[in-house]
Amino acid sequence: MSAVQEALPAVRGSRDATVRRFALTDSIFHGMTRAAAILVLVLLGGVAISLVAGSWQALSTFGFSFLTSESWNPVTEKFGALAPIYGTIITSAIAILIAVPLGIGIAIFLTELCPRPLRRPIGMAVELLAGIPSIIYGIWGLFVLAPFLQTTVQPFIINVFHGVPGLNGLFAGPPYGIGLLTSAMILAIMILPFITSITKDVFDTVPSVLKESAYGIGCTTWEVTRRVVIPYTRIGIMGGVMLALGRALGETMAVTFVIGNAHRISTSLFAPATTISATIANEFTEAVGDLYTSSLVALGLILFVITFLILAIARYMLMRIDARTGA
Amino acid sequence: MRHFIRSAAVAIAMATASTFTLSAAIAADLSGAGSTFIYPVFAKWADTYKKDTGVGLNYQSIGSGGGIKQVIAKTVTFGATDKPMSDADLEKNGLVQFPMVMGGIVPIVNLTGVKPGELVLDGKTIAQIYLGAITTWDDAAIKALNPSLKLPSTAIAVVHRSDGSGTTFNFTNYLVKLSPDWKDKVGSDTAVEWPTGVGAKGSEGVANTVKQTDGGIGYVEYAYAKQNNLSYSKMLNAAGKVVEPSLESFGAAASNADFKTAKNFNVIITNEPGDTTWPIAASTWVLIHKAPDDAAATGEALKFFAWAYKDGKETAKALDYVSIPDSVVDLIKASWKADIQAGGKPVYAGE
Repeated sequence: MSAVQEALPAVRGSRDATVRRFALTDSIFHGMTRAAAILVLVLLGGVAISLVAGSWQALSTFGFSFLTSESWNPVTEKFGALAPIYGTIITSAIAILIAVPLGIGIAIFLTELCPRPLRRPIGMAVELLAGIPSIIYGIWGLFVLAPFLQTTVQPFIINVFHGVPGLNGLFAGPPYGIGLLTSAMILAIMILPFITSITKDVFDTVPSVLKESAYGIGCTTWEVTRRVVIPYTRIGIMGGVMLALGRALGETMAVTFVIGNAHRISTSLFAPATTISATIANEFTEAVGDLYTSSLVALGLILFVITFLILAIARYMLMRIDARTGA
Repeated sequence: MRHFIRSAAVAIAMATASTFTLSAAIAADLSGAGSTFIYPVFAKWADTYKKDTGVGLNYQSIGSGGGIKQVIAKTVTFGATDKPMSDADLEKNGLVQFPMVMGGIVPIVNLTGVKPGELVLDGKTIAQIYLGAITTWDDAAIKALNPSLKLPSTAIAVVHRSDGSGTTFNFTNYLVKLSPDWKDKVGSDTAVEWPTGVGAKGSEGVANTVKQTDGGIGYVEYAYAKQNNLSYSKMLNAAGKVVEPSLESFGAAASNADFKTAKNFNVIITNEPGDTTWPIAASTWVLIHKAPDDAAATGEALKFFAWAYKDGKETAKALDYVSIPDSVVDLIKASWKADIQAGGKPVYAGE
């Protein structure tokens, strides 16, 4: 009987204990992470339930007409969400129209054309745009951008399109400086970094072989971008755009400053309007009466639903591009 | 890691300790919220009062609607509103209300070449402008009131409040009295459905937006117009006379206010009779709980109000506010003694 043989059972015993300990820590770890994940679902469900509960009075009073009525009258307590919904969607849509070409342009420049030393500073500058708090955008919009638009750009555009049917309605005065278009411009600047950085990331997923082959058969940079890179990453770009759209829909503070807070639907892009989040921010503190408060919560519910859908679509698209690259 | 946790714990402990000392310092301050109409005079009063007594006032001018909400929620000691609360609402929430000061709401305009006080407007015309029926400054109705002025063809940029506001309540209350159209289509409240124009937050916001917008028109408490050097307009009053906004014309309107017979001091002073009367005058009421949770804070607040009625008169006058007459102040103090109690004793002991 050697000493080694004598020691074996003891070793085996301590080994079993260690394995058991590992198994235990692992299952605790597993349980904790799962609890954290479930917590998110519970929170989301809680938010949804409390929004529905809070808006129940308004929804049951006004029914479907809440979505189709433009009236927002605290005196007679008749509330309809059409004007804020319209303002929310139009400002976000125009912001996307402005920001998408700009953002994709910057991304192409950074990935394909930019000389190396410039790449970092420009990239950093765009990323920094995302770091500016929205209240700063709001104040800047109110005190710098709006007066500038009011005194120079808007009167000029109003005069140019004055006699043009169709367009004169789109650019009708008086030039307040604040309104739909000003908000859309601020939003465009705010969502630019999202579009740029996501587009840049998906451009990097294009296999170099594809690009090099295209260059090899004599394609220009424009052709490579147009025929290879963009088709390959189309879904990813769309995902980025959707993510930016979700951001634009919910933006509150910056928009409240420059939208003009008027519950009206007007054809003119210079006209004051309101968005869902701006309305809630403006009126929640002093909404007197249950129905008024409930209508504001109902607005919140509508925004919740819209944003949820948009973000779900965005995630799905980005997932598909990830699946394709095997990442 | 352990070291980090320890230093974090120390930091948290220090932070809580400092908040305790801070809250002890803040506890001496009065807290109130509401009307932006009264804010300029409250700010001046608080400044002087702090120098005299060491007690500061933390007043948030968030609009009358917000003030009512916050005082009901007991987040502040008192609220201030330019729209008196109805007897039923006061009863329901266990509040008392009393007038603090009176003043005038003036239309402000931004017109190139038109100096402060040159333009004349009347209630009907303002209602038509705010309904969106009159859209340019050279409209016949405005010309008829101002035969000697050269009015530009600038588009009128209407500015109103975007938040719940007692100034809005009194302004629309006046328009309802003067314009059947306005009464039918819009009505009067702290927030209404505006047919046209752009919303700005607070009186400061309205003043600023009008200042920035050529052809703008808005309405603010007179102090805001003066402080911002804004072009205010003269008004045609109920007696058919053109009056300037001034302490005298506001006082003439205020002298009509019969607080003695009105329940809960509920008196609206728009469109009052009298040759020298300014047509859009308003009062601001303070709202305070009858059975306060924090009797000491309420007592301090009442002391401040008593001081303001007596020693704040000059300050109010300098800002063109009309003080509450002494006879009414006596009534108010009597109501404090009768209504605001803690533990069966009046909170306000008197001078």
